[in-house]
Amino acid sequence: MISLTIPYWGQSILRVVGGAVAVLLPAGTIVYLFLFKMMSFMQSRLGPMEAGPYGSMQLFAEVGKWLQKEDIVPEKADRVIFKMAPIIVLVSTFLLVAVVPFGPDAYFTQFDAGVFYMLAVSSVSVLGILIAGWSSANKYSLLGGLRAAGQLIAYELPMVLAVVGVVIQAGTMNLQSIVLEQNGGSMFGWDGLGNPYILTQFIGFAVFMIAVQAELTQTPFDMPIAESELVSGYMTEYSGFRFLMFFIAEFATAGVFSLIASVLFLGGWGIPFSWFGWTSVDSIDNWMNVVGPLIMFTKMMGLVFLIMWVRFSYPRFREDQLQRFAWKVLIPVSLVNIMVTAILKVAF
Amino acid sequence: MSDFLRDYLTVFWFGALAIILGGLLLGIAAAIRPNKPNYEKLIAYESGVDPVGHGWSQSQIRYYVFALLFVVFDVEAVFIFPWAIQLEVYGLFGLAEMGIFVFVLLLGLVYAWKKGVLRWV
Repeated sequence: MISLTIPYWGQSILRVVGGAVAVLLPAGTIVYLFLFKMMSFMQSRLGPMEAGPYGSMQLFAEVGKWLQKEDIVPEKADRVIFKMAPIIVLVSTFLLVAVVPFGPDAYFTQFDAGVFYMLAVSSVSVLGILIAGWSSANKYSLLGGLRAAGQLIAYELPMVLAVVGVVIQAGTMNLQSIVLEQNGGSMFGWDGLGNPYILTQFIGFAVFMIAVQAELTQTPFDMPIAESELVSGYMTEYSGFRFLMFFIAEFATAGVFSLIASVLFLGGWGIPFSWFGWTSVDSIDNWMNVVGPLIMFTKMMGLVFLIMWVRFSYPRFREDQLQRFAWKVLIPVSLVNIMVTAILKVAF
Repeated sequence: MSDFLRDYLTVFWFGALAIILGGLLLGIAAAIRPNKPNYEKLIAYESGVDPVGHGWSQSQIRYYVFALLFVVFDVEAVFIFPWAIQLEVYGLFGLAEMGIFVFVLLLGLVYAWKKGVLRWV
């Protein structure tokens, strides 16, 4: 057997590329098909059927098709920034995946500022959207971009504040430790279910999911791309592959936010540790590294389904209703939630 | 390299992967896509009529006001996270302190509310 030592930077590249190719790509393909089929069935149609068996190769067909489309940059547009914007949105999505833990040893990286990092990186996509709207030199795009910025910053706050409740309960911002806390925890001395924070932090979970819906600009909150008012908002002038990058980033971010929500509120990759008598990370059996990602995947599917279900069930808000809802309902509610959680934490 | 930086190296690779992947696909697209620009294609799309005036028009101040409010609350988040982790340590003292802090912030929100800043019309 050949033994060779790979330096740490090499190992981390292998880990990232291997994980991306072996796990994220197939997962993305499956989720993409799942979403398309689900949407189609909700609208009483068949959805993709031609590409591969049961339309399973739809993602590759889309990429192949959009690669051949002409990429039109408007004459008046700010060319460099216009071309850069979709990549910024894509980078934001990729960076989000980095901190999500998939199993006791199956993670890309974990650090103590995990939650903070996640919140910070998720707001980078706002920049991409804002400059996409601005650089297009189109009135629809500009309005769409401004609306997106206004909406994303308004819903960023409830999201941040909802997560504080989880951080208070877990006493850590490391996403891996949050998973361990939930599955190793107990509710009122009973550890049969661990302590998934969806039960003890239900308000936080509700606020978080609403904010995620808005951050993704999915339908009740899709004023930035409102097709009946703004053609396609900040994406109006985009064509060809750059348009597809926005489009795919939107779906990918829905998946990644579902992963994060399942880590924060549904117990992530874990099953209640009391079932198998595990007490710490080291005592967890190795097979969890295989089962863990599958559990995560299942939870993610559930949450993505929830997001899309809401998307296809509700009409669009008006711009003023949207802002009012964020500032006058969600933010006060999540502030009160923080204080109540803190009082309970100190009292017990 | 310290452990602290090692954790963030993976983050760097993820960013690099996104840029390389995006660049690669755009490069392939550039090689195989047609490119036949003409005047009609290159003007901004405004529902089929020729664009009137300039695309970069001035817009309303209310976005700016919301952005200011956002900064206030976002800075608050910076303070609230370290406190949330150390709550067990600070106990009742920390709770009272943060209660006052959040109360003052809520007062600010109520003030903005009463001033009519949160109204979108």
